[in-house]
Amino acid sequence: MNYHSPASFAEASALAANATGITRFLAGGTDVLVQLRSELVTPETLIDIKKIDGVSDITQNADGSWTLGVAATGAEMSEHPTLGRDWPGVVEAMDLIGSTQIQGRATLTGNLCNGSPAADSVPAMVAAGVTVTVTGPGGDREVAVEDIPTGPGKTSLTKGELISAVHIPARGDNAGDAYLRFIPRTEMDIAVVGAGVSLRLDGDTVTEARVSLGAVAPTVLLVEDCAEAIIGSTLDDTALEALAAAASAACKPIDDKRGTIAFRTEVAGVLAKRAAKIAYARAKGEDL
Amino acid sequence: MSKLHVSTTVNGDTVEYLCDPRETLLDCLRDKLNLTGAKEGCGTGDCGACSVTVDGRLVCSCLMLGVEAEGKQIETVEGIADGDILHPLQKKMIEYAALQCGICTPGVLVAAKSLLEKNPNPTEEETRYWLAGNLCRCTGYDKIIRAVMDTAAEMREAS
Repeated sequence: MNYHSPASFAEASALAANATGITRFLAGGTDVLVQLRSELVTPETLIDIKKIDGVSDITQNADGSWTLGVAATGAEMSEHPTLGRDWPGVVEAMDLIGSTQIQGRATLTGNLCNGSPAADSVPAMVAAGVTVTVTGPGGDREVAVEDIPTGPGKTSLTKGELISAVHIPARGDNAGDAYLRFIPRTEMDIAVVGAGVSLRLDGDTVTEARVSLGAVAPTVLLVEDCAEAIIGSTLDDTALEALAAAASAACKPIDDKRGTIAFRTEVAGVLAKRAAKIAYARAKGEDL
Repeated sequence: MSKLHVSTTVNGDTVEYLCDPRETLLDCLRDKLNLTGAKEGCGTGDCGACSVTVDGRLVCSCLMLGVEAEGKQIETVEGIADGDILHPLQKKMIEYAALQCGICTPGVLVAAKSLLEKNPNPTEEETRYWLAGNLCRCTGYDKIIRAVMDTAAEMREAS
């Protein structure tokens, strides 16, 4: 295995484009090293991107939006003084992943590129409308988070491409987000179902919404019907029931040791409702 | 394949080693530096027996490559005592009999020390969540938690 630590994303991309055999990018390594050890994936080329300037930075831009370096860890996101005030759902979703030790290394970009349908940070990013910069041999392109995973363990990134930055939109006024997951215990587990909601209010009425579901389909889902169920409402019981029905209808889950199809389908509706209520309360300025 | 040269700092000492890029930091600590306090339990970041801090950040050394340690400050369980003088956490772990087989203990000590440096007055809930990545199959955790809580109280009084 050849180990590289390039000084720029262009160089990283060129290394990957010219490599033969399996190539992996290394940031936190919390998935890559497990694959390496289990011999599921034995890369011939490993490209450590942590020597690139700015990869651990968390920056708020002049327009209120955020740019996160691809090696910024969950711990750094949780410790940031203001990121979690703007986007508590995104920060909390990342913080749900693994232990304190994992939080010290794990990244949003790694969670996304690992391609797990149960990745906790991904539904929260999808609800928040997060985009990423993809750097490849042909230059940079902006891609919505929901367009990166294409199936379990698979992404739309092509040879030589890597994610070089994460962009979270400006939060703006009267808006909130939330992410909830179901696991059969309190910590250190993989989502059986996850639900992310981001919404904006005008008075008591929802004017914008994005709702996402995790672990109920081969990829994280952005569910338009869920958003339509609550836009224009005051998140009354009728709207919440319509939201739950739309969430359950969008599920295409599998039966496995963590949950059955019937359980996941039902819980998706329940979590979508609960997450929507938290996002709504946050949009109202409540500190939840 | 040629090996890579790494220069790093472990428990305040500058050290150098040659490693294969596939070797983990845990492999390098144990097999090259003879620092066998950190243990390999699972090798997949679930059990925390290999816990060390890197630039002050608690991590699993099994999930980090040896080459990534270049230029970093690594702290392991071997650096916790001051010569023969045990750290208050180590004393309390003994006093509370917070270990049986001892495999998890180095990782628990490193993780608990990291908690108390960040938060000298943690609640029991905060302590349990912080240590959720340090699995112990012997004690049932209660004695570990009590030892850490009592150490925190004693260190607050002493400071």
